[in-house]
Amino acid sequence: MSESEPEYPYKAYRRPMPATWWLRNRKYFMFMMRELSSVFVALFVLLYLYAFFLLSKGPVVYGEFQKSLRSGGFIAFYVVALLFAVYHSCTWFRLAAKIQVVRLGRWTVPGSLVTAGAFAGWVVVSAAVITFFAM
Amino acid sequence: MDKGEPFWWGMFSVGGVVAALLVPIHIFLDGLAVPLGLLRADALSYERMLALVGHPLFKIYLFVLVVLPLYHAAHRIRFSLYDLGVKEFRISMDALCYGGALVGTGVVAYVLWGLL
Amino acid sequence: MGEKKTITLTVTRYRPEQEESPTEQSYEVEFRDDWVVLDALNHIKDRVDGTLSFRWSCRMGVCGSCGMMVNGVPKLTCAAFLRDYYPGEVRVEPLVNFPILRDLVVDIDDFMQKLKAVKPWIVRREEKPVAEGEYLQTPDQLAEYKQFSMCINCLLCYAACPVYGLEPEFIGPAAIALAHRYNLDSRDEGREGRKQVIASSAGIWECTFVGECTEVCPKDVDPAAAIQRTKVATTTDWVKSILWPWGKR
Repeated sequence: MSESEPEYPYKAYRRPMPATWWLRNRKYFMFMMRELSSVFVALFVLLYLYAFFLLSKGPVVYGEFQKSLRSGGFIAFYVVALLFAVYHSCTWFRLAAKIQVVRLGRWTVPGSLVTAGAFAGWVVVSAAVITFFAM
Repeated sequence: MDKGEPFWWGMFSVGGVVAALLVPIHIFLDGLAVPLGLLRADALSYERMLALVGHPLFKIYLFVLVVLPLYHAAHRIRFSLYDLGVKEFRISMDALCYGGALVGTGVVAYVLWGLL
Repeated sequence: MGEKKTITLTVTRYRPEQEESPTEQSYEVEFRDDWVVLDALNHIKDRVDGTLSFRWSCRMGVCGSCGMMVNGVPKLTCAAFLRDYYPGEVRVEPLVNFPILRDLVVDIDDFMQKLKAVKPWIVRREEKPVAEGEYLQTPDQLAEYKQFSMCINCLLCYAACPVYGLEPEFIGPAAIALAHRYNLDSRDEGREGRKQVIASSAGIWECTFVGECTEVCPKDVDPAAAIQRTKVATTTDWVKSILWPWGKR
């Protein structure tokens, strides 16, 4: 492709890619939101660990923390975190079907069915957690 | 061929599964339902939690629930920084991200088996 | 007959011999219901402005030559109908993430190098002599890789991929999808060799599964799936090599 042909004598123009490329359209923006969801997931699990850390400090400290969770600030955070976490789950199950090809014998399970199965599993696991902790 | 990447990607994947399956319900339960009084008030009480945390299986559950999503987040944050245009200091940023997850692993282990 | 309907095409112009950076030029073209953007471009070149440069060939979505940005979306201009944009303006720009040579023509040498690097052909440890006859392949074996063989190298996926825009050394969706196609081919024995390129830090690990490559692909190749499956395969191989280091490669 290169050696025998004459060099193109003019300069090719390289368009710069701005760091705000992900604001260009809705799909790119939602991709960034999906990535951002991991931050809220991490923040939540760290807060969750913090509760157990306080558990080791005794009932008074732990009780104070449980009370502070009722504050508007915390509730607002958890609502936002829940939205992001649910978005992560939805995108994760949808994309997982693409990554993992599921075969039963000679039949390839269609992606939509794999996703549906994953969502069903999510519901079952969530129900189990709620039942275990709150019933 | 990159030898380290499969490990971090693998941890990201496993962490992503844990985060997808368990995190939403726990946010709802621990962050919203109990504080807002939607469920039994003593669901997360001191006595009940202390008793639960005594079980080795529960400690393992907590370990998985907290630690694996940290690796998921570390990997995603690392690549999001690239996607936001970070080109300099990549090795330092990578070390911060994965280092954070590694430190987190240690802290969780200490809380669950050292303190409780 | 009624008044002739027209549609405005605003096209990127870049004449490096006379300007430093790209400009725009608008043309008012007769709107015909069955025309695609490529028809409008050819009308401009034939009747209005012969200096407009762009690539095209088959007009039917199999050659991969006519890829351009149409209203910000990478499209084959032979498959983008004017009626889907009418009466609005149609902006035609060269595929993003590639250097512009002239007007709507981009430099694709980078892709050509990367394509060669993944060895998109049957690789055998030892070539089968002609006397031994042809390779046999069952319909199931063909079905394994057929989807990924449909790539026409149109490069819409590279224009859609923000990672390729940010990291020019990224091997990219089409090249990895084609490597995957050959890795899945029962006749091929080149998987380990391709790994050096594909599983390098400029390969699959750069991908953050934005998924836009698959969205814009006109042949339903699904390069995003190819890349993610390669990540799984590479990670599985790696785990196996740790747990069973004596295993057959």
